[in-house]
Amino acid sequence: MTEVIDIALLALLVVTGLAMLRLRNLFGVIILSGIYSLLSAGLFVTMDAPDVAFTESAVGVGIATVLFLGALALVGHEERPPQRSRVLPLIVVIGTGGILMYGMTDVPPFGDPDNPAQQHVVPRYIQQQPEEVGVDNMVGAVLASYRGYDTMGETAVIFAAGVGVLILLAGRRRRADEPEGGQDDH
Amino acid sequence: MTTNVILRIATKVLIPNILIFGLYVHFHGDYGPGGGFQAGVIVGAGFILYALVYGLENTTRVLPPTVVHICMAAGVLIFAGTGVVSLLLGGAYLEYNVLAHDAIHGQHRGILWVELGVIATVFGTMVSIFYAVAGRKGMD
Amino acid sequence: MDFILGHYNYWVVVFLMMLGFYIVISRANMVKVLVGLSVFQTSVFIFYISLGKVRGGTAPILMEGATLYANPLTSVLILTAIVVSIATTALGLAIVIRIKEAYGTVEEEEIDAIERAEVEAPETRWS
Repeated sequence: MTEVIDIALLALLVVTGLAMLRLRNLFGVIILSGIYSLLSAGLFVTMDAPDVAFTESAVGVGIATVLFLGALALVGHEERPPQRSRVLPLIVVIGTGGILMYGMTDVPPFGDPDNPAQQHVVPRYIQQQPEEVGVDNMVGAVLASYRGYDTMGETAVIFAAGVGVLILLAGRRRRADEPEGGQDDH
Repeated sequence: MTTNVILRIATKVLIPNILIFGLYVHFHGDYGPGGGFQAGVIVGAGFILYALVYGLENTTRVLPPTVVHICMAAGVLIFAGTGVVSLLLGGAYLEYNVLAHDAIHGQHRGILWVELGVIATVFGTMVSIFYAVAGRKGMD
Repeated sequence: MDFILGHYNYWVVVFLMMLGFYIVISRANMVKVLVGLSVFQTSVFIFYISLGKVRGGTAPILMEGATLYANPLTSVLILTAIVVSIATTALGLAIVIRIKEAYGTVEEEEIDAIERAEVEAPETRWS
């Protein structure tokens, strides 16, 4: 039963992606990207990753849509029809896609318990986590305790991105009738 | 501020529940799905919803941008500070076992503090970015 | 048939990845390029989580009577990646807003034309 849901959600993702490619009204593209994130959050739930589904739906559907719409109000709603030839990008994409799909035939089948991704460190985390950390949510234990340094670096990256946005956008925007040379810059 | 009555009343009912749900996700991140990132985004989304319905000026009166910027930096400090505290208590950097009388309790306490730091940074960043983008004057 | 069902996920992931890549390299509007980049990133997340699924397993939360758990490590990596991706997308949007204010447009071809005209007849834009 979950296979059917899997196949259906992935097919819907493909349709949404193609619609995003063809649509030129940017407002529609952004709403479709929210739908795309919601479908992938559903996919994460069927693939047994509720934490990731939670985060993807909160971030991808909520925050990303709001930020894109806020930027869209400042930037403009329509995309101009493309002028340059699209044959070369298509050739590059088809070539790369072909090579990757050929490489994907070597990946162990979906759901295999003997996957190399499930060996080495992961059985140790799963088995020794009740004695060493004692937290029911294994993802939280790995995130905050076993891989705490990575989480600290990631928090610093988010902070750096916030500082970057503030540097770019915090100066007051010069109005059209003020004289040149008065731009408050950061 | 939007004049649509339904939106305003619904927002007044929803926002306290959103903020409490964010806190719930943080504290129950040990026992179910959840944790710092989800909670930070949920709390940030609550404030962004308030800004969308009630206007940016009301929101900056409730939550001044200076507070949000400080929150953004304080999160990283809390996270790194937890590591320093465990250094001072005799363990390694970010070793939670030494934070309480017992290893398991120490782990719980360390994880709660660390996730609090993550919440502060994520919340601060999301709301600061929203303030910066939404407060920008348009070209016309 | 088993082979196709077992690899269906991964082939669709490659298709979505190439879709996002195509949007990035073939479209000139910068906001659309950022949307294409986020499509690419989401497809990589789906790939990782597909690698971590175990048939007959359950979500990685300790439960009575569960023997097989899905992989918690892939979830952790993708959790980090999702939040970092939104942060970098926000930074990209801030740059796009500044470009719009500097050039008046966000289409790459029009910006190229403005820059070429600049080279021929330079004028100072900033003080």
